[in-house]
Amino acid sequence: MRARWAWTLTVIILVGILFSYTQDELRTTSVLSFSLRVAIPLIIAAMVGLVCERSGVINIGIEGQLLMSAFAGFFGAALTGSLILGTLFGIGTGLIMGAVFATGAVAWKMDQIISGTIINIIATGLTSFFYAQGKTLPASTPVVAIPYLKDLPLVGPVLFNNGLFTYAAIIIVIFLQIMLFLTIWGMRTRAVGENPSSADTSGINVQRTRFINVTLAGGLAGVAGAYLSIEAAGTFERGFTAGRGFTALAIMIFGAWNPVGAFAAALFFGLTQGVASQLQADEVIDIPPQFINMLPFVLTIVLLAVVAGRVRPPAAVGKPYEKD
Amino acid sequence: MEDELVLEVAGLTKRFPGVVANEDVSLRVHKGEIVALLGENGAGKSTLVKMIYGLYRPDEGEIKIKGETVRLSGPREAIRRGVGMVHQHFQLVPVFTVAENVILGDEPRRLSFIEKRKAIKKVTALAEKHGMAVDPKALVRDLPVGAQQRVEILKALYRRADILIMDEPTAVLTPQETDELLNTMKGFAANGVAVIFITHKLREVLAIADKIEVLRSGKVVGTTTPAEADQAKLAQMMVGRSVLLSVEKSASSPKEIVLDVVGFSSDSDIGLPAIRNVDLTVRSGEIVGIAGVEGNGQRELVEALTGIRKSTATKFTINDENAIGAGPHEIHGMHVGHVPEDREKDGLVAQYSIANNMVLNRFDEPEFSRRGIRNMDAVNSQATKLVKDFDVRTPSIKTPANSLSGGNKQKVVIARELSANPSLLIASQPTRGVDVGSIEFIHSQIISARDKGAAVLLVSAELDEVLGLSDRILVMYDGQIVAELEGASADRAEIGRLMAGGHSEMAEESSHG
Repeated sequence: MRARWAWTLTVIILVGILFSYTQDELRTTSVLSFSLRVAIPLIIAAMVGLVCERSGVINIGIEGQLLMSAFAGFFGAALTGSLILGTLFGIGTGLIMGAVFATGAVAWKMDQIISGTIINIIATGLTSFFYAQGKTLPASTPVVAIPYLKDLPLVGPVLFNNGLFTYAAIIIVIFLQIMLFLTIWGMRTRAVGENPSSADTSGINVQRTRFINVTLAGGLAGVAGAYLSIEAAGTFERGFTAGRGFTALAIMIFGAWNPVGAFAAALFFGLTQGVASQLQADEVIDIPPQFINMLPFVLTIVLLAVVAGRVRPPAAVGKPYEKD
Repeated sequence: MEDELVLEVAGLTKRFPGVVANEDVSLRVHKGEIVALLGENGAGKSTLVKMIYGLYRPDEGEIKIKGETVRLSGPREAIRRGVGMVHQHFQLVPVFTVAENVILGDEPRRLSFIEKRKAIKKVTALAEKHGMAVDPKALVRDLPVGAQQRVEILKALYRRADILIMDEPTAVLTPQETDELLNTMKGFAANGVAVIFITHKLREVLAIADKIEVLRSGKVVGTTTPAEADQAKLAQMMVGRSVLLSVEKSASSPKEIVLDVVGFSSDSDIGLPAIRNVDLTVRSGEIVGIAGVEGNGQRELVEALTGIRKSTATKFTINDENAIGAGPHEIHGMHVGHVPEDREKDGLVAQYSIANNMVLNRFDEPEFSRRGIRNMDAVNSQATKLVKDFDVRTPSIKTPANSLSGGNKQKVVIARELSANPSLLIASQPTRGVDVGSIEFIHSQIISARDKGAAVLLVSAELDEVLGLSDRILVMYDGQIVAELEGASADRAEIGRLMAGGHSEMAEESSHG
């Protein structure tokens, strides 16, 4: 039932995009490119939440993980003069933050929400304290156009003329979709998230599975953070992730804990913002920009209300595993 | 038959904070042998097998599997050494298919990918080999309990278990499913699998065990065989004193009508008629038992009578007070006690202390609270008294309910419901999953409530229980009461026939009386 209206919505949007493209190619592609840029960090961050929650851990600290790795990525790149090293700094920081969160939420069996909140507070504090003004990136990130594909109408300029992070995000989504449903790791992860005691008695190490998943998810948060500061913004400001970590959790839920579903949800999310901004720029609608900036959060609430009760989270999510 | 010794446990001791769960336990199991571990709830049967399965580590003693002394690091190692376990609470992932559940943890793989087709083929072959019918592609959550259990068993066999531990496997099964399972177990033994069978049902032990080990308070108190023992002897070994297996009660002296129901109907969870036009009266001082195969509307009847489920009726009175449309709180206010069939879900709040559970539906009565402030002294003294009167085995009244054994949990529920001196007691499956000693106690409490003038409506899937306790027996089939019989003269075979939807002239004559 959910799938049916999700498909209906998708078809309506695609028809709308095609119609718009026939009317004004340039504006349509620019709105879509903008939407994709909005969606990319949300997509990766939603994968962070997904890898954690599928194994039964709620990661509310994504926001903090993004912030720390955006910070580390930017200043790493600025100080070493290398975008690649900066990115690796970002990912490494993400992994460390993931391991710190896993230590609290998994190894020490702390309340997962509190562990996540601690991550967020630490991240806000550290990044504000060590923040330095006047740093710049050594270069801007390259745009890689994919030969032939970039010349396709509509999808060419939108999808195949992007920075490397964008391609990485798409690959991560497909990779995770395959991993989660076709591999041993995926099946065990889902078993641990659904019924950890069943996994345990089947000889699967629940704690280790969760620890590894949560830590690796931190690495993904590192990718998203590095994208934000190095590719998307080219700078870093205090509190600069602006709630994306939380929005990503909503997107994960809207996508029913499926990578491809979350991908679609994030695109939808980005599209509404892209369209709103374009309408604003064209002075079709006259709304103060503050309200446009509010849009992601309003939409988050609306989406969550719409899907409430229609999607089912992994059964054991949020509960530290105790043997009986 | 002198077969190879596959499992040898010697001097095993396991302590938990405050209790010694197993003390110096020894056990020998041979190839192809069915060993029954018999004992009351809390006797230490589960602890013992959890050590054999690597879930707990023993504090002292040694475990030898196939001649080799092992220190199991976890279930994984136990599985590798051929120990399989069918858990009392199924360890299945409800949203996975049968095949996925069976292979979980030991998946047929190519690189890192699961070979789904191979998995389905293997599971099908295994199920056929052991004569167990399951659809490998079905989702486990859609399966009935008996089929879920077959999945659990397949899971163990898939891992090539030749020592199969079954923890209270029959507790959740219907009588037919139980017989089927016992046959399957005999089949395993014939194939050389050693079966360790935990139960407290004496009939089953005598039916299939080769050897019976009786545990009490963590110790092995005796080893015997079905040939040497009978039910009375086993019960005595389990409980440590002689037990009345049949219920002793005086003749009833029914007085005024307490529950009076005419044209009572209610729907099932999915909106189909579950009980249709039921007429029912229960008088003060009598026990009316409802017999029937589960799923014929008994659950709905109890829920409707206690106000949990919506119902329609031409007449529904309790002590001449109209109860049509009344909710559970109002019904409780009409001096109705309710022992629900699922004590974990409906009878207790698992995380609450015993003290709080003892006043769960009475905490707001003047006795236990004043102007919205709870009187904890009164609550605690009530709990202390009930724990003593009803012999609830617990370290303290502050202990959370979920750390008690099944029998003790049930005693908490019964104590609470009887402590308000109900004029009507509705008891559904009052001894399900309860040990022999507690069953005897609970039965005597129900009878003494009757003798004090309560009207008792008893619903049970255990025909012996209905026969033993009831002064009048109603047989329920397909949402209707199809017969009424006198408790004393009721014939087991006759009721069995009626429960299955058969007719009988004798019963039909009295059914409208």
